[in-house]
Parts: sequence; structure tokens; C-alpha cells
Amino acid sequence: MIIGLGHYLSVAAILFTLGIFGIFLNRKNIIIILMSIELILLAVNINLVAFSSFLGDIVGQVYALIVLTVAAAEAAIGLAILVAYFRNRGSIAVEDVNLMKG
Amino acid sequence: MYEVIVFLPLLGAVIAGVIALVGAHNRFPGANPPAAHDDRTAAIAAGDHAHGAPEPAAVYAESAHTGTEEHDSIEPAAGSQAAELITTTFLAISWVLSCFAFVDVGLNGHDARVPIFNFITAGDLKVDWMLRVDPLTAVMLVVVTTVSGLVHLYSIGYMAEDPYKPRFFSYLSFFTFAMLMLVTADNLAQLFFGWEGVGLASYLLIGFWFHKPEANAAAIKAFIVNRVGDFGFALGIFAVFLLTGSINFETVFAQVPDLVGKSFHYLSFNIDALTLICLLLFMGAMGKSAQFLLHTWLPDAMEGPTPVSALIHAATMVTAGVFMVARLSPLFELSPTAQAFVTFIGATTAIFAATVGLVQNDIKRIVAYSTCSQLGYMFVAMGVGAYSVGMFHLFTHAFFKALLFLGSGSVILAMHHEQDIRKMGGLWRKIPFTYAMMLVGTLALTGFPFTAGFFSKDAIIEAAAVGANPMAAYGFFMTVAAAALTSFYSWRLIFKTFHGEPHDHHHYEAAHESAKVMLVPLAVLALGSFAAGWPFLGLFTGHGAEAFFRESLKFGAGNAVLEDMERLSLVTSLTPTVMMIGGFLLAWQFYVRRPDLPAALARDQGVAYRFLLNAWYFDRIYDFLFVRPAMRLGRLLWKGGDGFVIDGFGPDGVSARVLDVTRNVVRLQTGYLYHYAFAMLIGVAAFITWFMFAGAH
Amino acid sequence: MILQAIFFYLFAGVCIASAIMVIAARNPVHSVLFLILAFVNAAGLFVLMGAEFLAMILIVVYVGAVAVLFLFVVMMLDVDFAELRQGFLNYLPIGVIVGAVLLAELLFVVGAWAINPGVPKAITAPIAADVSNTQALGLVLYTRYVYFFEAAGVILLVAMIGAIVMTLQHKPDVKRQNIAAQLERRRSSAIEVVKVKSGQGLP
Repeated sequence: MIIGLGHYLSVAAILFTLGIFGIFLNRKNIIIILMSIELILLAVNINLVAFSSFLGDIVGQVYALIVLTVAAAEAAIGLAILVAYFRNRGSIAVEDVNLMKG
Repeated sequence: MYEVIVFLPLLGAVIAGVIALVGAHNRFPGANPPAAHDDRTAAIAAGDHAHGAPEPAAVYAESAHTGTEEHDSIEPAAGSQAAELITTTFLAISWVLSCFAFVDVGLNGHDARVPIFNFITAGDLKVDWMLRVDPLTAVMLVVVTTVSGLVHLYSIGYMAEDPYKPRFFSYLSFFTFAMLMLVTADNLAQLFFGWEGVGLASYLLIGFWFHKPEANAAAIKAFIVNRVGDFGFALGIFAVFLLTGSINFETVFAQVPDLVGKSFHYLSFNIDALTLICLLLFMGAMGKSAQFLLHTWLPDAMEGPTPVSALIHAATMVTAGVFMVARLSPLFELSPTAQAFVTFIGATTAIFAATVGLVQNDIKRIVAYSTCSQLGYMFVAMGVGAYSVGMFHLFTHAFFKALLFLGSGSVILAMHHEQDIRKMGGLWRKIPFTYAMMLVGTLALTGFPFTAGFFSKDAIIEAAAVGANPMAAYGFFMTVAAAALTSFYSWRLIFKTFHGEPHDHHHYEAAHESAKVMLVPLAVLALGSFAAGWPFLGLFTGHGAEAFFRESLKFGAGNAVLEDMERLSLVTSLTPTVMMIGGFLLAWQFYVRRPDLPAALARDQGVAYRFLLNAWYFDRIYDFLFVRPAMRLGRLLWKGGDGFVIDGFGPDGVSARVLDVTRNVVRLQTGYLYHYAFAMLIGVAAFITWFMFAGAH
Repeated sequence: MILQAIFFYLFAGVCIASAIMVIAARNPVHSVLFLILAFVNAAGLFVLMGAEFLAMILIVVYVGAVAVLFLFVVMMLDVDFAELRQGFLNYLPIGVIVGAVLLAELLFVVGAWAINPGVPKAITAPIAADVSNTQALGLVLYTRYVYFFEAAGVILLVAMIGAIVMTLQHKPDVKRQNIAAQLERRRSSAIEVVKVKSGQGLP
């Protein structure tokens, strides 16, 4: 059968939802959250590239490249924050991250 | 000239007031007041002069025994000599001019209308400040300025140790100004201004020693009870305006004959218009002149200094009601119902106050109840239509009652601020001049032949005897009975104070005559107690009255009281004198020959004794009927209305709800990251759903 | 065609499965490894779509740099095995509902969409016909989108500086040079001339 645009978009949608599940369903630690964010960004990239491919427009891939760059930067910063936090609090379990309690 | 008479005391009041304020500022320059404050209140709380007038030093400063000079609150204020001299001098000038006015207006017939300025112009209502000087006014001018001037002079001596003298003199002069405005009023608004002004001055002066809680309470009581009367008075003024379209005396008096028989329709009631007006206006007089039912403030007003009692609560303010009825005689003459009511109230007051005065132990209270009783006499005369006779008694009563009060003040000072007559005795040896003056006053009060009181009081009783009023007979019997009682309690006072054995040897030994500046007014008033009687008889009674008063007092068509009085039988005319002698003999028996009798009688007739001692329990009744419900209502409105409703729905409620909301909102901020992420997710999902189904396509 | 379909389903299936395992794995190192697997399969999907440059970049950057970084941090932070904590089940129902709603909407869009007929004429940057994907990207990236490119570089620079600033700790007893202090050295603070008697030595 012809693999159409819709198939790719469905894959992206499922990955996106999985990433979102990962953010709030995890009970373990913060790293899972960061990884879920990467999954979300991956889903977005698949989406962009799929459209680029099926519409014949290179802009989608340029944009995906930029997203990739930003994702990498954000992962780095996020992990740096995590490391600094761990140094101060000694734990990155999700329940213990409640310094912002208002 | 008339402007000078009226406004000079005001100027004096202002000057003295400025002196008082400057002195107060110097005493408390704005920094925290000296720590002596707490000691003052402690001294008052621990004060041993429970029922005496407070010793100024004990009231104001800490222990007077230390006599420390750096507490300048013990020393009189700077400039107080200037204040007292200026105000007294101004009053003296006013007095001289008032005598001129009396001769000019009263005897030579030069009535005067002196416009000051336009007060109100609103639609149909046009009211001017206008000084109206006719014979009635002239009489009052003389009374007010004489007594006020003498009281000012007396106060120089009586208040010598008081550090707040300038304030006192300022208030005294302000009171005089207000009273003069009242008597020279040409319209009801100006009268009301003076009315309220004297009420205010009374409040300020009764509460002059405001560090004493009883003085404050008495001042408030006086003001509030007066307010009740003023409410009726105001309604009366409104009714006058409604029915005649004006509040100028001239206009109203001209229109009043047309109102006879008209009735006032209110809430499906039809009341005779003139009766309604007169009754409402008389309600004000009842309050101001301490008549029966609205009398409760007068005995408590004795908390004020004695000169105040002499001026305000004997000679002038309480007579404002009498003056008002006289001034409005054209209205009262046309309403027989109102006149009957006036006589009834007057007679009841006369007998009521006399019975209560029989058993009082505070020297000032005895005289206060005596005043109340004599005011009742005046209203009896007013009610039966003998307005000039009532004014005559007002005129003479001012002299001898002020004399009695000022003499009491001299006694109190001699006994070092002791006011209980049970602790006095045998003072005639120590203060003979005061004794002589008090004797003169008592003779005049009881109506001893040839004193002023004899002529005026007997005239009232005679007028009541011939009155055509339905209540005249009641008035006659009550006044006669009251005459006996008056004599009894007046002589009781004299005997217990000046005769017998001294009960307080310490104070007795220290007693001495007062300063000359206090004795001179006593002498002048004693002279007046004789001189104000017979020479003026022709002006106030008989045919001469109508000739003297001309238009200022209206004697109606059927009013023949003044003529009928002349034709009374000798028996009736001598009845008051007989009563007076009887009272004297009874008092002699009780207090000189058998001093044990009063105590025995009080024990045997315990219920009656206590009934009289507590002034027929009026204070208790009013407390139960009015004061407590009012307090309860006030508390309900305060706690429930203001606190619960207004504050609850207003600021407090809003702030409490804000706190509730925030407390709940804060629960959203758990600090857990995944909670926040969750919230974001839900938001995103909601957004997407919204846009898919409702938003832009 | 059938081959394409097979590969598509293979890559898509493994990708999704490994994504599930990323979340569900107990060992965090396993989570990272599954993440790497997901990335690799996504790269395969990219290749299927004809964007091979992007696929390789995915491998190099994501797998080679970001996932390795994750591994480093996981191992450095001594993250423990975690059991399912108690409160997990509290959020499960509503979370599942919301997620399911989101997924349903996304699929709904996917199923019911239609491309606007005017799109082919409004293409921003048509793919050049006879060049490789890499060259096609290069043709636009350095000409029309050079500013975005530069901006991406700046973002990376900022991220690098930020990460260093946040995690840099000077150990107190490590010797290091302070070049600025060395250059600032002046004779007056460094040298002191002392007159010494011969044979005495310095006290």
C-alpha cells in the first residue's frame, strides 16, 4: 500500500502523545521528563519533514534543522540545571522537587 | 446700641477662647504630654471628695501635697487675668446698655428693629438676622446681662484656683451671647439658633471639669434630654412654616388669627392646627425649662461649677422656655387646649419638684429642684393667660435664685468643697455675711411679705385662682401646696447649713468668708431681691401690664385674668402667706427643736422617703424605658449592622474572601514540576479542542 | 512499494515501542538506551522520506551528543532504580483521558484533512530537482535563511556558556593560574630590596 502523508503524521502524533504521557506519568525522576521532551521534539521534527517531503518544500527541513539545534541546546541547559539542583538538594526524585511550593 | 449689647459678649468669648487655646498650646507644645497625666486620673479615681465639688488641684494634678512648681498645670494659665477682666468688663458694658434699653424701649416706648444681615433666601423662605427689641426683650436683656455680669464677677473669685479659667470665661460669655440672640430674635430660626447655642454652652459648662466622669455624663444627659425637647420644637417650627409660609414673628402673628379652627391632616388624623403647633413648640420648652417628664437633666447639671448653676440653671437658660411661650403668646392665646396642657405640666412640675426637694442632701440639688418647681409656677401663669405675671416671676426669680446659688457656692468654698448639708451646721457664726444673704434669698423664695418673691409668686397663685383654663383649679391647688413645701425645704436648708451643731469640725474650724469679689454680687442680688418686686408691680400686673408690654405680649379677647386678679378675696390672696408660715414652723420643729424627728420619720416611712429621694424613680424608669433599649439598638446596629453587614460585605468581607480564594489558589502551586506540566498539558488539550470545534476554521 | 511499506512499519513500530519503553523502563540507563533506539528509527523514517542529510544529522547530534550527555548525567547523578510510587495511580485516569483526547484529536485531523489546492503554487522554497538532499539544503540555508543559521549558532553558544556557568565549580585546593593577576604584577608588590650584611643572611 502507498505510505501516504497521513501515516507519517500518525506516527508523529503517537510519539507526541507518548512524550506527553512521559512528562506527567513518570514517578521516577526528572531525567525522564527531559527525555520525554526530546521525544516530543522528535515527533515535531517527523511532522515537519513529512510535510516538507510531500509538499516538495525545503523549508520544512530547514525548520527541522533549527528545531534540532534548539532541542540540543535545551537538553544541555536542562541537564546543567539538573546537575546544579542535584548538587544542592541531593535528590532528583520527582516528589522531592518542590522548592517552588507557594 | 443693640448690636453692642448682643455682640460684645461674643467678642469677649472669642478673646477668652483665644487666650485659652494659646495657653493650652503652651502647656502642651505638641510633644507627648507629661507623665503626670496618669497620676491625674489615678488621683481622681482615688479622690475622696465623692459627692463634693472637685478640688481643682486634685482634679488636674497629681498629689497636691507635693506642690511641685514645675507642674505648671497647677498654676492658672497665662493670661487668665486678662480673660476674666475683659469678659467681665464687656458684660458690664452690656449691662449698662441694657438698662438704657429698658428705659428707652420699655418706659419710653421706642421699639427697635435692627437688621444684621440676610441669613436665608430660599424660595419662599426669607430669613434675616434681625434684632427685635420690644418690652419683653428689654426685660430679658436686663435679666440676662445683670445675672451674667454678676456671675462673671463672682467667678473671678470662685474659680480663682482653677487653671483653666480662660476657657470658663469664654464659655460663660458665649452662653450670654447665645441667650441674648435668643431673646432678641425676630424669627423662629434665630430663636432656634440661640436655643441650640445655650444648649451647647450648657453642655460645655456642665462638663467643664471634664476629667470627672460624672460631669461628662451629666453634660451628655443634659444635651440629650434637651434634644428630645428640641425635636418637638423643630417640628413646631416646620408646622408654623407649613401653615403660614413664614417664620418671621410679625408675619406669623398676623396670619395666626386666620388659622383658628383649621385642622391639620396627617395620616388620617385631623388635629387642630394651632393646638398642634403650640403643643410641639411647648415640647421644646419642656425640655429646655426642665418641666415634668423632661426634667431629669437639671439635678445632674449641678456637676458643673456653681456659677454655672446660678447663671444657666436658675436665671437664664431654663427660663428660655418661659420666654418662648411668652413671645409666642399670640399663638397660645388661640389654643385653649395647649394652654390647659401648659398649666397642667407647670403645676405638676411645681408639686413634683417640691416633693423631691424635701429630702435631698446636696445643697445644690435642693436649690436645683427649687428652680424646677418655680419654673412650673411660671408655666402655670403662662397657661392661664397671665403672661406678664409669669414674666414677673421670671424677673424676680432670676435675682433670688441666683442669689441662693451663689450663696451656696460661697458656703461650699467655705466648707472646702463639701456639698452635703448633713456635714454642715452652725455656720452662721463663721460666715455671717453669706448667712445674711442666704436668708434674704430664702425669704424671697418663700414669698415673705415685701420681698420680690412675695409679689410675683402670690400673683401667680392669684392668677391661677381666677383662670378660666380647665386646669386652672388644679394649678391653683398645686401651687398652693408647693408653696408650703417650698417654705419647708428652703428653711430646712438654712437650718441644717447654718444652725445647729457643726457635724464636721475640721471643715468648720477652717471655714471663713469668701473674697470680696464674691460677696459683692451676693449683695447686689440681695438688693435686687427686694428692689425687683414692688417697684415693678405696676409694670407686670394689673392695667399697667398691657400698657407696658404693648404688642409684645398678646392678651386675647376673652383674657380677663389680669383684671380678675385684682378682685380676689382676701382669703385667697393670703393663702400663700399662710402656707409659707406653716412650712417655716414645720421646718423649725423638725430641724431646730427636735432634730431627731426627720431621721425617725425617714425610717418609719421608708418607702415614701426613698421614693422622694430617688426623684420618683424617674431616672430608673427612663433608664429602663429609653436608655437601655437605645444602647441595645446601638449595639445591635454597631455589631450587627456596621460590623457584620457593612464591614462583612465591605472591606472585611472582601479581604476575607480574597484570603479564602488565595488559600485555595495556593494549593495549585504545589511546587511539583509534573503538576505544572500536567496543568500545561490540560491547557494545551483544551486549547486544541476549542480551536477544533469552535475556533477559526 | 511493498518494501517501502514494510520498512515504514518496521521503523515506525520499533520507534513507538522504544518510546514506550523510555517511559516505562525502571532502570534509567535503559531509558536512555531506548531513547537512542527511538532516535535511530526516526532517522530511518527520515531516510524513507528522502531527507537523508537530516537523518544523519539526527544520528550525529541527537544520538552522538544529546543522548550521550544524558548517559553521562545519569551515571554522574547516581540515579537509583525507582519503583512505581504510590501516587502514580492517582493521576493515571485523568492523565490517560487527557492524553487519549489529545491523540484522538490529532488523528482526527490527520484523517480528515485535505491540502489546500493553492498550496503547490505557494511553495516557499521548492526542492531543487537533481541535487542531493544535502546540496538542496545548502542552497537555501546559506542564502535565504542565513540569519536563522547564525541565530542557531548563537543559541548554541549561549547554551554552552550557560551550561558551563551553571555547573562549573572551582575546587578550593586546585592550583590554577590567574592570567590577569600575573600581568598586573608590579615591581612594588613583588620585590623588596633588603640591605643584608655580608655573612648575615636574612632573618
